[in-house]
Amino acid sequence: METLEQIKGRITAIIPGARVDLIPNECPSNQPSLLIDQEHGVRIAEFLRDDPQLRLDYLSNVTGVDWPDTIVKEKVKVMKLVEGVETEVHGVVERKKQGYLEVVYHIYSIAHKHGPVIVRLRTNDRNVAVHLPSLTPIWRSAEFQEREIYDLYGVIFDGHPDLRRILMWDGFEGHPMRKDYVEPDDYEYEPTPHDEVLERARSHQARNAVL
Amino acid sequence: MLGAGIIKGMAETARNFIGSYTEANLLVTVEYPEQRLPLKESMRNFPFLVFDGEDWQKGLRCVACQICEKECPPQCIFITKDAAKKPDYMGKLQFQPKVFDIDTSVCMSCQICVEVCPFEAIKMDTEFELSTDNRFGDLLLNKEQLARSNEHYHKIHPTEATEVDERLAGEKAKAEAKAKAAVAAAAAKPVLPPKPTAQ
Amino acid sequence: MSDAVVTPLEGVFAPLQFPEPGAPRQLNYSVAPKMSADGSVAGDFLEVAMGPQHPSTHGVFRMDVVLDGERVVKLKPVFGYLHRNHEKIAENASYLGSMPYTDRLDYFCSMTNNWAYALSVEKLAGLQPPERAEYIRIITAELTRLVNHVCLVGFLLQDMGALGTPLMYAFREREKILDLFEALSGSRMMCNYMRFGGCRVDLPAGWLENAKQVVENFPRFLDDFENLLSANEILIARTQGVGALSAALAINAGVTGPLLRACGVNYDLRKVDKYGIYERFDFRVPLGDHGDVYDRYMVRVLEMRESLKILRHALRDIPSGPIMDPKAKIRGFRPKIGEVYGRIEGPKGELGFYLISDGGPNPYRYRVRPPSLINLTILEDMCLGRNVSDVVVILGSIDIVLGEVDR
Repeated sequence: METLEQIKGRITAIIPGARVDLIPNECPSNQPSLLIDQEHGVRIAEFLRDDPQLRLDYLSNVTGVDWPDTIVKEKVKVMKLVEGVETEVHGVVERKKQGYLEVVYHIYSIAHKHGPVIVRLRTNDRNVAVHLPSLTPIWRSAEFQEREIYDLYGVIFDGHPDLRRILMWDGFEGHPMRKDYVEPDDYEYEPTPHDEVLERARSHQARNAVL
Repeated sequence: MLGAGIIKGMAETARNFIGSYTEANLLVTVEYPEQRLPLKESMRNFPFLVFDGEDWQKGLRCVACQICEKECPPQCIFITKDAAKKPDYMGKLQFQPKVFDIDTSVCMSCQICVEVCPFEAIKMDTEFELSTDNRFGDLLLNKEQLARSNEHYHKIHPTEATEVDERLAGEKAKAEAKAKAAVAAAAAKPVLPPKPTAQ
Repeated sequence: MSDAVVTPLEGVFAPLQFPEPGAPRQLNYSVAPKMSADGSVAGDFLEVAMGPQHPSTHGVFRMDVVLDGERVVKLKPVFGYLHRNHEKIAENASYLGSMPYTDRLDYFCSMTNNWAYALSVEKLAGLQPPERAEYIRIITAELTRLVNHVCLVGFLLQDMGALGTPLMYAFREREKILDLFEALSGSRMMCNYMRFGGCRVDLPAGWLENAKQVVENFPRFLDDFENLLSANEILIARTQGVGALSAALAINAGVTGPLLRACGVNYDLRKVDKYGIYERFDFRVPLGDHGDVYDRYMVRVLEMRESLKILRHALRDIPSGPIMDPKAKIRGFRPKIGEVYGRIEGPKGELGFYLISDGGPNPYRYRVRPPSLINLTILEDMCLGRNVSDVVVILGSIDIVLGEVDR
């Protein structure tokens, strides 16, 4: 199979305006991936599926990943007036790094028996701009998996034929797989023996901590 | 011929029915609880705490390091350390658990506590008839209910227990030899302070 | 003590309310008008919820079916009754701590689930299991395939109305294999046996002889089983031409496993990926021709025979030696930053694990690619225009386990 650089080169040559980045993967698995842009996502997917050399006809796995907002501390050199003389001083600047939701597609070829080509799509942020193009029209195996990502992560797939919750019930609020999801206290209606026993054991711990 | 497959099938079921009285291969069930199958040696159900010697309070191998509490996937172990220390099988002073509870209604018998324990203190029991009529209290086992003797361990998992005993004896012998060597070294060179490695 | 503790249950279970005699009855199905082209009402559609408590749905699975008479015009699967957010639990547990949870995904095939997860983590951390462990893995995985396929055939026949008999024969053979698993791992179904870089314990004394015995007796059982079933008129009438699936649609919909091979697509990960040491073994990949339920049944039966071939070979050749990679760590296992997708050919299809490590003791992201769920994508396509009784058979032939579908 071609290397990802070659695939990237061909995509950018064939689809004008497409932005493709190579995401390296340093660990022993050695599975680097391609980050593609939202506007040309469907077009690129179509190319990957139909190109005679690649023929990536089988989309195996679709995964949602949540990357919350992070605060990055950066050391910067700032020019400052110190005792009348402008000198260089090391300062720390806190910068908020915008979080995003990411969808990872693992695509194989049954015709040529090669793969995987790993393709990523990223939303702009985690709350408002959570739209991504759906690849279900290209590969139908994404249908339930994209529904699952919509359900558990809240990514809205434009062009999905049937975007509903799949694992949680329809009236459920929130997206439980997000890293900042807080589980409600009363989500289990029936008091189970586990809760009782767990509480007792916890109270044991609290009592013993006092002793 | 229409019906040939059905006749063949009926013959097959008849053969199996008659065979279940004569062939051991065709009858694999027994009439529990009157008849029982022998338990497999590697069988596991719920964990227990091993103690050496006669007195369970003195001989408990657990040193309340809380590794199993941290690693337990369903979080069913609750440990509190005791303030007082007691000597372990090597004679070293170690902590001991003040509270050691296992909620067997949560435990999923995965044996990870056994694998992560560095002190061979927790092992899997084969007792499976544990039903109680109290849904809330009786399945939380405390330290006393969990303690079983090393002899019990030998009875249920003989191969494994022998290996464990050999390993512990080996470690003990090594430690004793080291201590002896340290004493000898200290006697040979009384002027020099003992090296930190020799302790 | 019991009085004080039992009180929370009071009030939770309200006393049963029986309707007044003569009051209108609430029905659990609805009737929708069927419109003809000019807008007039031409008849009724019946909307039925099949499941979740229905024995033919293999667990708590529901299909909302719209029927025109006996014919299916629309079918929507409804999931989530067994959802426990396995992936979130695994993200909060250590790498090792997720291993027992993988047993509970597809509870018929805990050994292959273990292997898929162990394989992914090994790829992530660069571990290499020793020779003997690879052999043990292949033996247990192929035994699992036997268990799964033989039970599936039993359940499929149960769905067709062969109440009990084939299923009980299947369970009798399964019992012998589960005995082997118990002797090896300590548990019959929740084996939790494989570890990153090898296996947990070595084979106990006499295990190989018992396994050989089981493998030697299995073909005779399989002959009997096929004698009972393969030429049976009722089975043929109920399965041939039912639920046919084209190869192109199957590939596009991500269908894997025996379902895909029944459509004539030669794609077996044991041959394609050659994970483990499968390339040393001589076996063939059975392929179907029509993609219907009968082909799926036959592909599974033939696959069992190929598995037996692998087993005989592996049980003969298994070497002695260590069973764990010396680099593997039980406590404090922290793989480097990176990500991995590892997959194996599970009995139900491609079982994959996608892991992202951020260098910590827990995976940052842990994802299971469940073959059962993705194979259900084409359930509606296969059922449209068929009778309700065929829906049950088609669903049975897909081979789902709800522990894996809902996770």
